Amino acid sequence: MHEMGIALQVIDIATAAIPPEMRGCRVERVNLRIGKLSAVVVDSLNFCLEIATRDTPLAEAVFSIEEIPVVAQCRECGHEWQVARAVFKCPECGSGNLEMISGRELDVVSIDIEEQFGSQAQNQ
Amino acid sequence: MEVKVVRNVLDVNAKMAAENRRFFAENGIFVLNVMSSPGSGKTTILEKTLTRIMPEIQSAVIVGDICTTNDADRLSISGAPVVQINTDEFGGDCHLAAHVIENAARQIDLAGLDLLIVENVGNLVCPAEFDIGEDARVVVLSVAEGEDKSVKYPLMFRECQACLLNKTDLLPYLDYDLEKARQYIDQVHPGMSVFETSAKTGEGLDSWISWIRERVAEKAGLQQQA
Repeated sequence: MHEMGIALQVIDIATAAIPPEMRGCRVERVNLRIGKLSAVVVDSLNFCLEIATRDTPLAEAVFSIEEIPVVAQCRECGHEWQVARAVFKCPECGSGNLEMISGRELDVVSIDIEEQFGSQAQNQ
Repeated sequence: MEVKVVRNVLDVNAKMAAENRRFFAENGIFVLNVMSSPGSGKTTILEKTLTRIMPEIQSAVIVGDICTTNDADRLSISGAPVVQINTDEFGGDCHLAAHVIENAARQIDLAGLDLLIVENVGNLVCPAEFDIGEDARVVVLSVAEGEDKSVKYPLMFRECQACLLNKTDLLPYLDYDLEKARQYIDQVHPGMSVFETSAKTGEGLDSWISWIRERVAEKAGLQQQA
């Protein structure tokens, strides 16, 4: 439900990551990492990104979203597993004392900038 | 050319939340973030709670809704200062973010305050994602909502330390399996504190209020040590 806010933050972060000498270059790809436990609907986020990137250096960028599984490690017996169906109990020993290894990610990992266009832009 | 970024999308909120947390800790104020779906009975629970703990525990409330000051009007009767946030001014947000809490807290006289309750926007999804600088999070679930909300909205139940199963006065009229609801909660968040309450009749509120009292006292103690 707050995907538009998230989309605007993604655009801010990605835009700020363009090196000063490459301002004006097109961003070809934005690589995102989103944990399955985060409250973000990927389809909605894609929809918001499409609208919100208009007239920005990200207008033609592909947003590549890597969905990260929910992984927990038991603090009692050390067992590590992928959590499914919202069962947060160790399947080995039954403990609920868990360390969450992944699943809450909501990160901009990297951006790919079109180089050829960049050098032309610099020459102008 | 690839440019490495590796930045959390919510890092601006996380930074602001950390500042809020530091500020509230310096002032010895325990901050409770109360979340639920709309209509679970949050406001009634808080009305009853405030009446019981005030003035011994000096409390204030920040309440978030998309529109209206209805909740602030109800909560003000307790004598606690109340700040109503209408998120339509912030684009109709579905949650309260850390900067909103910071702005709202400026409108409250914090001197002598022990407890700040944040009644979040009614929503079981988004508020769970946003740290506001609170000490504890609780989720209210009314028994009219069905047994399986915790497994349907696991992030909310993972993020909260306590759950109030409210409107238990309705149980005689519902096909609601209380034991099953508790099993689901235990599956998502083993060891979570669960309180069965009826804000309407007041039943079950004692243990919930004790839970708050202990935490407020602990926070005040920490401030005195510092």
